[in-house]
Amino acid sequence: MTTYLSIIITAIFVNNIVLSQFLGICPFIGVSRRLSSAVGMGAAVAFVMTLSTAVTWLLQYYLLDPLEIGFMQTIVFILVIASLVQMLEMVIKKIAPVLYQALGVFLPLITTNCAVLGVAILVIRGDMDLGQSIVYALSTAVGFTLALALFAGIRQQLELTEGVPRAMRGVPVALVCAGLLALAFMGFSGISI
Amino acid sequence: MNKLKIILNGIVRDNPTFVLMLGMCPTLGTTGSALTGMSMGLATMGVLICSNCAISMLKRFVPDQVRIPCYIVVIATFVTVLQMCMQAWLPALDKLLGIFIPLIVVNCILLGRAEAFAARHSVIESVCDGIGIGLGFTLALTLLGAVRELLGTGMIFGFGIYPETYGSLVFVLAPGAFIALGFMVALFNSVKKHP
Amino acid sequence: MSKQSTSLWRMMMALGAVTVIAGAILAWVYSMTSEPIRDAQLRARRDAIAAVSPQFDNSPQPVAITPEGEEVPVELFPLTLGGKPVGAAVETYSDAGFSDRIRLMVGFDSDGKITGYQVLSHSETPGLGAKMDTWFRDPKGNRSVIGRSPASDDMRVSNDGGSVDAITAATITSRAFLDALNRAHSCYISYTNSR
Repeated sequence: MTTYLSIIITAIFVNNIVLSQFLGICPFIGVSRRLSSAVGMGAAVAFVMTLSTAVTWLLQYYLLDPLEIGFMQTIVFILVIASLVQMLEMVIKKIAPVLYQALGVFLPLITTNCAVLGVAILVIRGDMDLGQSIVYALSTAVGFTLALALFAGIRQQLELTEGVPRAMRGVPVALVCAGLLALAFMGFSGISI
Repeated sequence: MNKLKIILNGIVRDNPTFVLMLGMCPTLGTTGSALTGMSMGLATMGVLICSNCAISMLKRFVPDQVRIPCYIVVIATFVTVLQMCMQAWLPALDKLLGIFIPLIVVNCILLGRAEAFAARHSVIESVCDGIGIGLGFTLALTLLGAVRELLGTGMIFGFGIYPETYGSLVFVLAPGAFIALGFMVALFNSVKKHP
Repeated sequence: MSKQSTSLWRMMMALGAVTVIAGAILAWVYSMTSEPIRDAQLRARRDAIAAVSPQFDNSPQPVAITPEGEEVPVELFPLTLGGKPVGAAVETYSDAGFSDRIRLMVGFDSDGKITGYQVLSHSETPGLGAKMDTWFRDPKGNRSVIGRSPASDDMRVSNDGGSVDAITAATITSRAFLDALNRAHSCYISYTNSR
């Protein structure tokens, strides 16, 4: 039980996927202008990340390893993620149109979200078992959503701020704020469980 | 189109880091020092040139509806080839760049250039675009790496410029990456607007 | 209907062909690089053993030893010179660091004294964690662990009542380092006792 707790805390706070591992920066900067879209993106990522990590874990240990074609890892994983996103899009559209309206725009963006492929590879490199992998994927997604939501809140305030130098307006000042947010998250790295 | 102009466009007008803001993850994650930044840039450039070339050759045979999966397979193939070659002959560098090597697959620059350029131009032009964009990316990463290494440890490429005690370690760590990049984008913007 | 099915057929063909070609290329590159990759890994381990150990002339073969009260075995490489045992190198680890596992290669002479160490991998804070490489062989104060033996010395950081100075501002990393060192030593002891 403690391993799971430590995985959760570590993935959300200590090794936050965006602010200390530098994965998933593109949506972090691209989809963080509004708080509502940030939360929507986070939910979509959580869904895809958990599902794809479980599928790729099973494929790695029951298909790639027995056949000794570990070198196909990158191709297989990225194809799994891409087709999973496609399938998910169709399924959600049919079953839950309301959810589709909320998440639909974000789904195609997830294929090139390096956090999803990153987590799938990291759980293999870290020798986690299936349960740990799923917990890790889910809590990483929670950490991603948290960072995205915090950042979106800051950016909404930034847009109201006057007096930002012309060259710094938009992305540059947002990046500096992200740096300060990362600095705050470094405070978590003293936690030992 | 003039080939030199394609290359130059890739470095300045369409600079993937400072203008298009693509491929941010390796930009921030591997620029702890000038050397790692440059290696990452060159690795990406190698894959980009190959994938641009292959996709431009394939474009007539691939139906429109499945072009994206095909591009992804092509890119993933070159990335895996690169990964295996690095493990064989440059194991220390492979360990240093770690997960960012397989993650070249999802670097938006590669798929972006495949869609926006290689699928519409001849093979030679696509290779030139790969060289240009790749050089632009490499330059940006090397520059950012050099700035962070200098501010953080007082060194550039491992050569001491000033004593390490005056460096502030935060620039090598995660927060410094964001802050340094923010100021460099601002600098690029202001230089570009008022030459 | 028939038009649709032919276009579907074409799509499948194109995607399948691209994937098969990609797989073939990868299998070929894999067969070319698998040998050098294994060589590179073996060479890295051999270099690490040579760097930390007393003089030896055998080719060290790993022996798996499970430390007392633990489940994960650790690899120990017995060393001999002219047929006589002169000590061992132990590939040890610690999970007590900030993030992820710290892996070390530690050498012991026949009296159980530490002859050297090398950090194989770690993901501690860059800049601070990297100091492990030099700090614990620095003769200043009580920093160095070289020539000491965990049997006669209390190998903990001085904050915890031990006799080793911790890296400034990196006590947790230092603790983890010494934890790995003590694990290596207890493996070496149980290896010598078992013979």
